Amino acid sequence: MKGLTYLSIVLFGALAVNASSYADPQSDNEMIREYFDDRLPDVALEDYINGVYAIDENARLQWEDIEEFPPYEDGVDQGQELFETAFANGKSYADCFPNGGIGIKQDYPKFDQETGQIVTLELAINQCRTTHGEQALAYGKGELAYVSAYMAFTSRDKLINVTVPNDPRAQAAYEAGKKMFYARRGQLNMACATCHVNNAGNQLRADILSPALGHTSHFPVFRFKWDDIGTLQRRYAGCNKQIRAKPFKLQSVTYRNLEYFHTHMSNGLAINGPGSRK
Amino acid sequence: MKKLIQLISVVFLFPIALPYALAGDQIAEGKEIAFDRKKGNCLACHVIDDGELPGKMGPPLSQMQKMYPDKSKLRDQIWDATTKNPLTAMPPFGRHRMLTEQEIDKVVDYIYSL
Ligand code: HEC
Ligand code: HEC
Repeated sequence: MKGLTYLSIVLFGALAVNASSYADPQSDNEMIREYFDDRLPDVALEDYINGVYAIDENARLQWEDIEEFPPYEDGVDQGQELFETAFANGKSYADCFPNGGIGIKQDYPKFDQETGQIVTLELAINQCRTTHGEQALAYGKGELAYVSAYMAFTSRDKLINVTVPNDPRAQAAYEAGKKMFYARRGQLNMACATCHVNNAGNQLRADILSPALGHTSHFPVFRFKWDDIGTLQRRYAGCNKQIRAKPFKLQSVTYRNLEYFHTHMSNGLAINGPGSRK
Repeated sequence: MKKLIQLISVVFLFPIALPYALAGDQIAEGKEIAFDRKKGNCLACHVIDDGELPGKMGPPLSQMQKMYPDKSKLRDQIWDATTKNPLTAMPPFGRHRMLTEQEIDKVVDYIYSL
């Protein structure tokens, strides 16, 4: 227990004391794995992709029943149709991505050398559209989320592989995402880490808090509360509102950097999107 | 009816009954504030009294008089829990003006009565 407290202080303290110095992302990942290994010793590393169901046996059984008839199936089918339909200029999504867009979700978000910014899969989907003369789609839900869900589906079981290249702009984006993850915000004064690191496994009202490790593997996600598929950043906005903090714009630089750090954390874990959650 | 009782208390029982009546109100109001999701929402994290669907991020709040012989320390914890534990999940109800000073006093009285 003392070890845990110590590590929390290291995790937070490192930021407080020396926010400007660059910690190696690889050691960040090792540290977070050790932390969760101590905190949730019964959870196997591969099982973190199942979020709260890796912790709560009862909820897991209900969830496994639900997964027999996956609620995201319609969305994936719609996504596939959209993905395979040609744009007005005759091109399609396949023309914009490596490997024709199949089985590539594990490499996102990516650092883009040209703009010096982080490109999430959703941003890349819209970039593809505008490059080919189509209107950008709304982020968060709807057609864009379906296309993204289909692309995630084709990437199942691939291992998350987000890279931080040796470029100061990529490292700065990673650091900014990390800072956002650990910074207390909003009237409730909570960081992502307050709930999803330091209190993972604890009960907030009726919810058991999921660990941040593995969080991004199953997005976009079908949520019963949404009755639809939604993107990871839609969830960010929801969690920000929950602590009475003003959410950022979806696909803003802030959220893209956060997604970069947050996804890098789960490197080596399997993509299992789209998932279903309550 | 409540008004009438209060009036009677004021007129006839002033020196003895009024302070008790007020303390009772203060505690009842404190409970309301503590349970209200838009106010204290303490049940999100604490088992308290007969509150429904409590969370368990913090310890159950009972026997607080024993825990806090000095009542002002209890108030400090609610006003800003980060002074005692910088990593706490508990929101700083006073520092972030989530509750007014008077509301905090009422919550303190309620919690102290448990
Ligand atoms: C007040 C506590 C709290 C804070 C702070 C918070 N969340 Fe959450 N978050 C929750 C709850 C409760 C859920 C639903 C239960 C669960 O899966 O953890 C959730 C769910 C999630 C999920 C979905 C998990 C899954 O398996 O599908 C993600 C992703 C997430 N949060 C990310 C974040 C990020 C990033 C931040 C900071 C910007 C954040 N959260 C801040 C409480 C919080
Ligand atoms: C989001 C979670 C959360 C909320 C909401 C919350 N608390 Fe807490 N509280 C905690 C945690 C966690 C602790 C454990 C000690 C610490 O970390 O500060 C705690 C500790 C306490 C303690 C100290 C208990 C002890 O044994 O010393 C008191 C008293 C307390 N809370 C009262 C309240 C009251 C009153 C409210 C509502 C007005 C409230 N809390 C709302 C999380 C919360």
